Amino acid sequence: MSGIIGKKIGMTSMYDENGRSVPCTLIQAGPCVVTQVKSEDTDGYTAVQLAYGERKEKNTPAALKGHFKKSGTAPKRVVVEFRDFKEEFEGQVELGKEIRVNEVFAEGDFVDAIGVSKGKGFQGVVKRHGFGGVGQATHGQHNRMRAPGSIGGASYPSRVFKGMRMAGQTGNSRVQVLNLKVMKLMPDENVIVVSGSVPGAKNSTVILEK
Amino acid sequence: MSELIKKFEAETKGEAKSFPDFKPGDTVNVSVKIREGNKERTQNFQGTVIQRKNPGTVGETFTVRKISSGIGVQRIFPITSPNIEKIEVVRKGKVRRARLNYLKGRQGKAARIKEKI
Repeated sequence: MSGIIGKKIGMTSMYDENGRSVPCTLIQAGPCVVTQVKSEDTDGYTAVQLAYGERKEKNTPAALKGHFKKSGTAPKRVVVEFRDFKEEFEGQVELGKEIRVNEVFAEGDFVDAIGVSKGKGFQGVVKRHGFGGVGQATHGQHNRMRAPGSIGGASYPSRVFKGMRMAGQTGNSRVQVLNLKVMKLMPDENVIVVSGSVPGAKNSTVILEK
Repeated sequence: MSELIKKFEAETKGEAKSFPDFKPGDTVNVSVKIREGNKERTQNFQGTVIQRKNPGTVGETFTVRKISSGIGVQRIFPITSPNIEKIEVVRKGKVRRARLNYLKGRQGKAARIKEKI
């Protein structure tokens, strides 16, 4: 699986070949630096570790400084490992090699996007799980309009089943969106445009995989 | 908005079509490309412009309303759409507001708009 790391820029729309308006997301992707190459002999599996983003020297832990020094690059903000990186890169990836977005993806490809969704805080069941709420403001409801209702029987099973949907932290979790079409590549700006939306806020890190 | 988004929009917009200036209240004739199977033909939609939304952006749309065999029909066109071939201003209207939603409940004589001379 090959991929690249990037940063979400924002959304807009474009027209496809049929003249339909397609919502799309711009992602500033790469250039990424290869910081480690894992092989069957040394690690038991093959993978490539990429790094992206700027990071100040003084904010980098010493251990990471040493890690980046091995590949001869400045400290980076995000480090992601891709297992079984694209075959055509096999044997070509070496430490410190710069990987650009147009080398990994082409227009018309379908990619998966991974990001951290926007945090919504502690939310009730209506927002979190789409419960309907009570639906009536009168007939005895005075503070129960968004309550979850019954969570199980009292005599049997006399416990709450595991996985019962309740209120809790919403968002701020790793989310993967599958099969976004690559609408356009802008190699000069290192920008990739994919159809649809991508989890996370603007300027948040996005991992694209193929 | 990010500079990169602006650049992307400028790149994908295609060649700028120059449409005549039209406003809510004007009667326009819009030529739209329609694809039926493999064939492509042009269809005209003539009616009154009742609003223009998000002017100055690539997402700008305008709404055209007409009465077709006694039934009110409204169509929303994205102004940057490649399917719009031509917009022709048939008549300039004199109106005092930007959104002519009051036309929706009216028919015949009540839905007249004065001509701007």
